[in-house]
Amino acid sequence: MKVSRRFKENLIAYFFIGPNFIGFTTFIILPVILTLVVSFTEWQFTAGLKGMKFIGLKNYIDMWKDDWFISSIKNNLYYTLGTVPVTMVLALLSAVALNKYVFGKNIIRLMFFLPYISNIVVVSTVWFIMYADTGPITKLIEQLGVKNPPYWLADVKWAMPAIILMTVWMNLGYTMVIYLAGLQNIPNDLYEACEIDGANAIQKFRHITIPALSPTTFFILITSIINSFKVFGQINIMTQGGPGTSTTVLVYYIYQAAFKFWKIGYASAISWVLFIIIFTITLIQWKGQKKWVNYM
Amino acid sequence: MSVQAVYGTVKKTIIDKNFKVKRTVLRMIVTIVMFCLGIAIIIPFLWMISASFKRPLDVLKYPVEWIPKYWYPQNYIDIMSKQSYNFGLMYLNSIKITAINVTGSVLTSCLAGYAFARLKFKGRDHLFLLYLATMIIPPQVTMVPRFMLFDFLGIINTHWSLILPGIFTPFGVFMMRQFFMQIPFELSESARIDGAGEIKTWAQIIMPLAKTAIVTLVILTFCWHWNDYENPLIFLRDRKLLTIPVGLDLFKDEAFTDANLNLILAAATLSIMPIFIIFTAGQKYFIEGMAAGAVKG
Repeated sequence: MKVSRRFKENLIAYFFIGPNFIGFTTFIILPVILTLVVSFTEWQFTAGLKGMKFIGLKNYIDMWKDDWFISSIKNNLYYTLGTVPVTMVLALLSAVALNKYVFGKNIIRLMFFLPYISNIVVVSTVWFIMYADTGPITKLIEQLGVKNPPYWLADVKWAMPAIILMTVWMNLGYTMVIYLAGLQNIPNDLYEACEIDGANAIQKFRHITIPALSPTTFFILITSIINSFKVFGQINIMTQGGPGTSTTVLVYYIYQAAFKFWKIGYASAISWVLFIIIFTITLIQWKGQKKWVNYM
Repeated sequence: MSVQAVYGTVKKTIIDKNFKVKRTVLRMIVTIVMFCLGIAIIIPFLWMISASFKRPLDVLKYPVEWIPKYWYPQNYIDIMSKQSYNFGLMYLNSIKITAINVTGSVLTSCLAGYAFARLKFKGRDHLFLLYLATMIIPPQVTMVPRFMLFDFLGIINTHWSLILPGIFTPFGVFMMRQFFMQIPFELSESARIDGAGEIKTWAQIIMPLAKTAIVTLVILTFCWHWNDYENPLIFLRDRKLLTIPVGLDLFKDEAFTDANLNLILAAATLSIMPIFIIFTAGQKYFIEGMAAGAVKG
């Protein structure tokens, strides 16, 4: 009797899990395994299953001789270093200002947040037009007295900074909202105690806000770095990785290799490199949390 | 009370008052600065909306005409009705896919989240760990094999390639589980004593209590699916099947001349309106959900 009851319990639970689990294995677990398997093959997709040839680690070795791949890693690092620190500093300052020192917090928060919820295509298209050599940004810079303003997206040197600027603008509100959530968790008596000791605003910021926010900062740092390795939309829409290879980043290169050149095996191998990068960053988060974060 | 004490209190109130005045002034200054920054941030949108009502060649006029001299709402009519743009159809596609995916993924998440939170079964904790672990796998990593898989299943270039994977989200399961855990277990216990089965308990007792979490998940998934650019880009080929983001991207590439900028910007404005409306209506849920949903990014 008891056994059958447990059996029934399991059955009901599997009924609840079932639909999700089927999708989960088919569309997440299975593809992860497939990428790994295919990454050890050379496969011209257009030749069908017969075109698949096992070549061991060759893809993983060849990619380090591929200039395009190397520059996609370099560009990605450039993008990461360009977006993450600036966004975080601006977001922290705005969050502190918004948390205590403004009237009409919700309206301002809404304005900061709008770019983040907007569609990447809309955002990229609007900036694409604004960056054009006849667009308002270029015109404004000319008006400020700069002769020969850069051609932004058409210039090897300026394309990446232009994309970085747009991305900072887009992510600022989101990062600020996470900081705001963190700030609200700092108990007020900490500040009061400090005020009694005669601390000024800067001292309070330095000795209470920053240490108390360290878990939030750490979380934002890690997720922003991870997200910066997933960037794709703005690149594909605004520059298609160009001019030259100046804005080709990792995911964009995977996309190119897979769906433009149909080198499925090679693209899978690079996908795994991307996965390893992200996995390593996540591991650092796990280990580092205890060491660097100041839980109060 | 001695004179000195009185003097002391008076001085203290003056300082306090000064402090308060100073604080208010400081707050006003910071408000103005932040408000200006906020305006600066939404300027691209203001520019987009204003340009979407302009005649073609007024868009790039400099200095910018923030309020169009000649209003030209015809842009919106053109973009929605002209057959060659297909924009009306893309709008319908977006609505259809978003509606199915939101309903489906919220439902499967509520079911699975419930099982992980409140039912005992073999292998529960291991399975949940597996779900958690996969949340760090970026969808871009599995983009290539998903294409092979869909090709094998024969669903490339159909809406199924967006719907089938779209109705399962590990994040939703995780979120609903965390929420269901907080509901007192005595409730399920008493329902059981009253003779309710597990499904009845789920549907009639637990689900109604989870309204806030469900609303948050609905808003979040709506945003993801409405804005999804990468999946339709890879899995759809046929113009008639495209959703708004890829359609807009294609339209931008094909029609990009100065004479069409007004149309492109009208299309862009139309495509973010639903998100803006939902966001303004549910700002509270949205922001809390985003903070919690940071994992998905």
